[in-house]
Amino acid sequence: MRNSRWFNLTVQIGAVLAALLFTTLVLLATKAPPLEAFWNIALGSVGSWGKFSDVLIAWVPLLLVTAGLLITFTAGLWNIGIEGQITLGAIFTTWVLLTLQDSGWNPAIVITLSILAGMLGGALWAALAGALKTFGGVNEIFGGLGLNFVATALNLWLIFGPWKRPGVASMSGTVPFDASLSLPALPGSRLSLVAVGIAILAIVFVYFLLKDTYFGLRLKAVGKNANAAHLLGVPTWQYMLVSFMLCGVFAGLAGAMQVTAVYHRLIPSISSGYGFMGLLVAMLINFLPIWAAPVALFFAALNIGSIQLPVVLKLDSTLAGVLQGTLVLFVLLADGARQKFIKKEMP
Amino acid sequence: MNNIILISLAGVLTAAAPVIFAVIGETLSERAGVINLSMNGSILLSAMGGFAVAVVTDNLLLGFLAGMLIGALVAAVLAFASITLKQSQVAVGFVLALLCRDLSYFLGNPIMGQSGPRLSSAPMPFLSDIPVLGALFFKQDVMTYLSFLLIAAAWIFIFRTRPGLMLQGIGERPAAAFVRGAHVNRLRYFYTILGGALIGLAGPIYSLSVKAGWKGTISGLDGIGWIALSITIFGGWNPIRAAFGAYLFALLQWLGLALQPVLPGIPAQVLQVAPFPLMILTLLFVNIGNAEWVERTLASLPEPTRRLVARILRGLRATPPAALGVPFETE
Repeated sequence: MRNSRWFNLTVQIGAVLAALLFTTLVLLATKAPPLEAFWNIALGSVGSWGKFSDVLIAWVPLLLVTAGLLITFTAGLWNIGIEGQITLGAIFTTWVLLTLQDSGWNPAIVITLSILAGMLGGALWAALAGALKTFGGVNEIFGGLGLNFVATALNLWLIFGPWKRPGVASMSGTVPFDASLSLPALPGSRLSLVAVGIAILAIVFVYFLLKDTYFGLRLKAVGKNANAAHLLGVPTWQYMLVSFMLCGVFAGLAGAMQVTAVYHRLIPSISSGYGFMGLLVAMLINFLPIWAAPVALFFAALNIGSIQLPVVLKLDSTLAGVLQGTLVLFVLLADGARQKFIKKEMP
Repeated sequence: MNNIILISLAGVLTAAAPVIFAVIGETLSERAGVINLSMNGSILLSAMGGFAVAVVTDNLLLGFLAGMLIGALVAAVLAFASITLKQSQVAVGFVLALLCRDLSYFLGNPIMGQSGPRLSSAPMPFLSDIPVLGALFFKQDVMTYLSFLLIAAAWIFIFRTRPGLMLQGIGERPAAAFVRGAHVNRLRYFYTILGGALIGLAGPIYSLSVKAGWKGTISGLDGIGWIALSITIFGGWNPIRAAFGAYLFALLQWLGLALQPVLPGIPAQVLQVAPFPLMILTLLFVNIGNAEWVERTLASLPEPTRRLVARILRGLRATPPAALGVPFETE
């Protein structure tokens, strides 16, 4: 049978090889040595413990948003507004930290409250996109895109306005918080095992939520065929709204981690594009939660590994994005070709 | 003083030209039933590619053609993946948007900050001497003139010609168009690629005229494509309304800059994104008439109010082509 495991696997490996070939051609087009470039990405990501801990730091927000996006994708929704939801999470977290930093409360309580606030912020922003879709008839893609820009504007306004550094406001963000208001990091590193643990918990939670619960089952029904699900008595728009908000919770959590574990302040590009990258990861794994952790780790490694490309080889670090994008594109193309082929074999 | 305002408004028309090409390209593609979500990456890649070709060949025309070719190629990939291979238009388009953006930054690295040729303005003889109108419309560059023509041409084509009627048909009721003898998928390929070429023209209009040069991530072009996508919806798939949206956007951006000295409390970065909340509000107004609960609420209002609100909503309302994003199969 053509529709076998081996056939599928061959097609997928072919797609990955095609993506590598395409990226190699892109490198050759800029007269760069391909092998050296790939080798430098590998060195830059797993070449030392310091580098690898940076990969893990990037893995946390990426895995969190991927976990959230798996929920909206299951409901058949394209949550492109995820970038704004990360930003709002970071803003809410910063807000609580700013309010309570001089309160004299136990730092652990303040940090916990700020993270919870971040989750709330992400959920509220996602609810806005969801409400625009369910009540306003605005497609979630366009509503989400618009809300991303609004979130960016709000963030910039806060950094340059009410929360600006004493003296002159700048793109470097707000005044860093006291060290006691950070998630505990490993000695000599910025890596927080608490953040890593939260990200792992999140993906495990989503895995079981979608696989083993009544909610997950009904959400799948909404995603596969919203009209049929509605006729069968699933409260469709409520499920869509809830899936948006759940995704927003994880996106907000990612924003909260960026503030409390990585930057210790609010910066203009706090979402760092992790939301869009999470969309790529979710597509690449064909929305299967079990693959989220390893593929997100690989994407994070590509991103961190390519940081040294400008220094060592005078290449732009966007090479990571080129490889990630072609990977997803070729996997989508290969999947389409495979289905067309099977259809021809079995009319 | 009046003169300054006039020159600024003429500048708004110039700044809107690339957006108009992109928005009308997207409108044609969506009218045929294909959402080209790759626009943001497509514009960046064609801006970089068009600039590179113009620098190497020292020929502006070749630069613009290269931009069109890049846009058409990206659209062809989208058409192949979604029409022939039946993959999700949104998924493929989104991946292309990110991929082309990163490709443009990566490939454009060597030519970053280089000086290149720049499109100069070409005042029309006699017409540019007309008071007010002359300064506003007839002291522009070639691409801006073409953008004026494109608005009219696209409107006439879609609503007043036979092929235009067919175009509406393959986006609204592909099965019916097929019965009437239209090669639905072949036409979808054609309009997606044609639309892509127009979108691709927007790139070099930026890099060779409106924001001349290629400056990588600080070129200030990242995001334009996403805005153009919203303007397409705002435009209700009608070239004239879409052009109005593009001008409104360019005007708001200029106002943002112009108002900066007047409103020192608000940082410049905020004013530049000020059009977006407005964009969402308009999207909401354009779409809300489609929501079911609005009809129900309207029915409970007193008659004169109901009629007024219903009329306003109907005027604003835009319904997407019925088969937008839906693949077409003959069997």
